[in-house]
Amino acid sequence: MASTNIYDNFVTSLTQSIHNGLYSSMSPTWALITELAIIGFVFLMFYALVGLFLVYAERKVCAFMQNRVGPNRVGKYGIFQTIADFIKLLMKELVVIKNSDKLLFTLAPFIIIIASFMAVAAIPFAKGLHAIDFDIGILYVIAVSSLGVVGVLLAGWSSNNKYSLIGAMRSGAQIISYELSVGMSLLTIVILAGTMQFSEIVQGQEFGWFIFKGHIPAVIAFLIFLIASTAETNRGPFDLAEAESELTAGFHTEYSGIKFAFFFLAEYMNMFLVASIGATIFLGGWMPFHVSGWIGFNQVMDYIPPTFWYLGKTGFIIFLMMWFKWTFPRLRIDQLLTLEWKYLLPINLFNILLMAFIVLMGWHF
Amino acid sequence: MTNNQIMFFIFSAVIVIFSILTVTSRRILRAATFLLFVLVSTAGLYFMLRFNFLAAIQLTLYAGGIVVLIIFSILLTSQVGAKLELPGLSKKIYALIAAAAGAALCIWTILQYNFPRTSIESGRTSIDDIGKALTSTGKYGYALPFEVISILLLAAMIGSIVIAKKRKD
Repeated sequence: MASTNIYDNFVTSLTQSIHNGLYSSMSPTWALITELAIIGFVFLMFYALVGLFLVYAERKVCAFMQNRVGPNRVGKYGIFQTIADFIKLLMKELVVIKNSDKLLFTLAPFIIIIASFMAVAAIPFAKGLHAIDFDIGILYVIAVSSLGVVGVLLAGWSSNNKYSLIGAMRSGAQIISYELSVGMSLLTIVILAGTMQFSEIVQGQEFGWFIFKGHIPAVIAFLIFLIASTAETNRGPFDLAEAESELTAGFHTEYSGIKFAFFFLAEYMNMFLVASIGATIFLGGWMPFHVSGWIGFNQVMDYIPPTFWYLGKTGFIIFLMMWFKWTFPRLRIDQLLTLEWKYLLPINLFNILLMAFIVLMGWHF
Repeated sequence: MTNNQIMFFIFSAVIVIFSILTVTSRRILRAATFLLFVLVSTAGLYFMLRFNFLAAIQLTLYAGGIVVLIIFSILLTSQVGAKLELPGLSKKIYALIAAAAGAALCIWTILQYNFPRTSIESGRTSIDDIGKALTSTGKYGYALPFEVISILLLAAMIGSIVIAKKRKD
């Protein structure tokens, strides 16, 4: 029995009424442009808020791991700390470097931001609440997020600084290698789901999230996804592109003010993006926790709004990634490449075969 | 003008302008970056035609793969601020002849073809169809080209490893 969620109609009717209102009050072209502007504005606001919150969360989690208090001066529990930091960043001088390619130096932060901004468009926040629902959703997200590495490379090169260049090269090698593992672990679940469309993937997890449905290979894929995506976002134990003790700050050493803020924001947005993809693919996205047959239990779960489920699962993965960052020591570049090419990739290939076999035999739930 | 036409003109303008900038820029990394814009806009055109799969592949392979490789090789070899030397007159003339001949051939072919209306609605190419076509051996099947390309890639990879590996003597 397909359960009807009480919040589904709310989201659909809200978006529909805005749509109808716009189209009845102006010409189709202008209505379309207005809609695009609204969506863009909503995403920009969302972006800024998530960025601010994640920086705060990172500092609090880090403090908790290290048995400190963390930010506690600006506002209650220091919740306005990141806003104060942000205002400070906006007022900083934009340092101009001699003997650098100024066009590319300015362009690089934008490329990184745009790459993650494009990918957010495909993420479903609740039923019917996504900017665009491609039939190739997962492939689109992988494709778009692979553009970010261009920004990192350009930033490192155009800074005309050896630390920046080394950082950019490391980061480039790292992102290109780990992209493979991210893609393949997602592909494992695509085999189980039988589709790449995000809305159908979430719908397919109505009675059991894919991590439970696909049991062994799905769990392996989830672990690989966690490791590889942490590496792809240049975070945690894999942050040797900006290893402070060796490279000052890596590819964004020479950036200041708002341009540095862009890199900073992009790092946290990429983390959020990766976590929400993981939550959507493995943990059911906005789909509440249902057990087939338990009608009463399912209805109780339906009372929690889907966006809360989505944010909860995403927050869980983000917390895991922060936990990684503050507990594991940083890897060396050769260890990093060995981990990817000698361990993750072969395991991943075998895992895809295993998943295909299990789907073929019907051994999944 | 419909919305689609406006979008088409925007994408085409970006493609034309940045293509010209790519070949006229004297800084090699800037040229590579402009090439990136051209490739991304081409993907935008594919999205407009609702060939989503082709567009995503265009982004992954060309923008995310080939441009990144080009930039990587530039980073390893080039200096910041170094400008390319302008080619001599004879080189320019030969390049112009080659480019004009290529353009003439393409334009002539396009004008000769009268573009019949296809019965297939655009945007209806599902991933299932693409996957089946790639692995089928029958009519419209691409199993053989797919395998031939795989062998070519494998040979290239083995070759590069052999070249890159140092001899111990």
